[in-house]
Amino acid sequence: MPKLLIYLIQAVVLSLVVITGFAYLTWLERKLIARFQVRIGPNRAGPFGLLQPAADAVKAMFKEEYIPGHVDKFVYVLAPMLALAPALIVWAVIPIAKGVPAMGDVNIGFLWILAVTGVESFGVILAGWSSNNNYSLLGALRSAAQMISYEIPLGLFLVSIAMLGGTFSLVELVETPRAPWEWIWIWLAFPFFFTSILAETNRSPFDLPETENELVAGFFTEYGGMKFSMFMMAEYINMITTSTVVATLFFGGWQGPLADRYIWLGPVYLFIKVLALLFLFIWIRASISRPRFDQLMRFNWKFMIPAGLVYLTVSAVVTVFFK
Amino acid sequence: MSVFAFLIGALSLAAAIGVVISAKPVHSALFLMANFATLAILYVLLDAQFLAAAQVIIYAGGIVILILFVIMLIGHDPADRSQQVTWPAVASLVLGVILLASLVLQLTGRLELGGGGGIASGGSPSAVGTELFTRFLLPFEFVAILLLVALIGALIMGRRESGEPVEEPVG
Repeated sequence: MPKLLIYLIQAVVLSLVVITGFAYLTWLERKLIARFQVRIGPNRAGPFGLLQPAADAVKAMFKEEYIPGHVDKFVYVLAPMLALAPALIVWAVIPIAKGVPAMGDVNIGFLWILAVTGVESFGVILAGWSSNNNYSLLGALRSAAQMISYEIPLGLFLVSIAMLGGTFSLVELVETPRAPWEWIWIWLAFPFFFTSILAETNRSPFDLPETENELVAGFFTEYGGMKFSMFMMAEYINMITTSTVVATLFFGGWQGPLADRYIWLGPVYLFIKVLALLFLFIWIRASISRPRFDQLMRFNWKFMIPAGLVYLTVSAVVTVFFK
Repeated sequence: MSVFAFLIGALSLAAAIGVVISAKPVHSALFLMANFATLAILYVLLDAQFLAAAQVIIYAGGIVILILFVIMLIGHDPADRSQQVTWPAVASLVLGVILLASLVLQLTGRLELGGGGGIASGGSPSAVGTELFTRFLLPFEFVAILLLVALIGALIMGRRESGEPVEEPVG
């Protein structure tokens, strides 16, 4: 089956690219956070500390794979995998150049994103439960509540954008031309959408499932070595993936000057946009302090969801009358 | 294609059996998720992409997470089986047999093994949406009202009586 083989190669190459992206994102984050805090950051391994991710990878791989005695072994080992897999799977439907999806163009692209983000929280919840540790369990409970709650505004804004675009396929969405007023209306949703994504990816300032000053390390307190690294990978790859989704939905994905004519320019533009969004992620982490958990939940249920509902309604009316 | 479908079907069945025989509720919930995932794959094989996505969003992403949430909040004491009453087991056995019999009676004759022709109206989001908002509009709206009523009912039942001590929220 040559077709299957091609898919397999595509998947392997894609995963390797994304995992390399993860490695250098950790470097970028440490460098940038250091700059924000007037430090230098990693600078020992290689020029500008560029070999630091490689050194970290080697360290994680050669650590002893220790499993504590009081954990539920099966779930404990399964949880990091369940955390990492969805972050990679989302990539399948994202267009990386004109008419070229990363894996395949499906007519449920949007729903695919929603479905996979829904499954994402499993890894965190199961890690917290299987660790058999109160801090882990509290982290997992927070994560479950937080992720379920913020999925609602995320879904509402996603549906609005799908409605305006008139398609469920991300490949078609990027290629559909939009009127200027439509761009402005969509960008209006960007701050809301980005806030939901910060909560969905458990990123600072919404990293309450792993608050180090109250829950040790939250859901991955009992993890070490490569399994701990897998949670880190899941978090950072989620950042990359969600940035790509945001770039695709709000900023035209691979589009840019001349990207129609030279197809190789598509991935370049996408990369630049994703990099800008990742900078935003890190900038927010360095600048904004963490809210309390009840504040986080109140903000979602009393502000984000009503705002999402209003946006959805207005988008529906606009789509019917002006498109 | 049909070999693949049978393989997924077998996996789905195995997961379903796992749900029933697991001793720990969390393991049951995990098997339930595996079952939902394999069902979603079966839907994709039947060209019902929308149904597959909805299956994962609602069941795997929503309901199983809520189940896990509840299990974790309640704690995981191993249930003492000797204290349990036996009539639910008997009742569920009888109901299960009735369900199986009616399913077999309904499906024999209609089932084409290895057919896999897909659904007549198509399973794309637009096909499902068109059906839902034309032919099935009234039932659709009734379901919405039913869910709203259930939601409000749960809210009222879960509300604290005035005068009861206020518990600290967990989390």
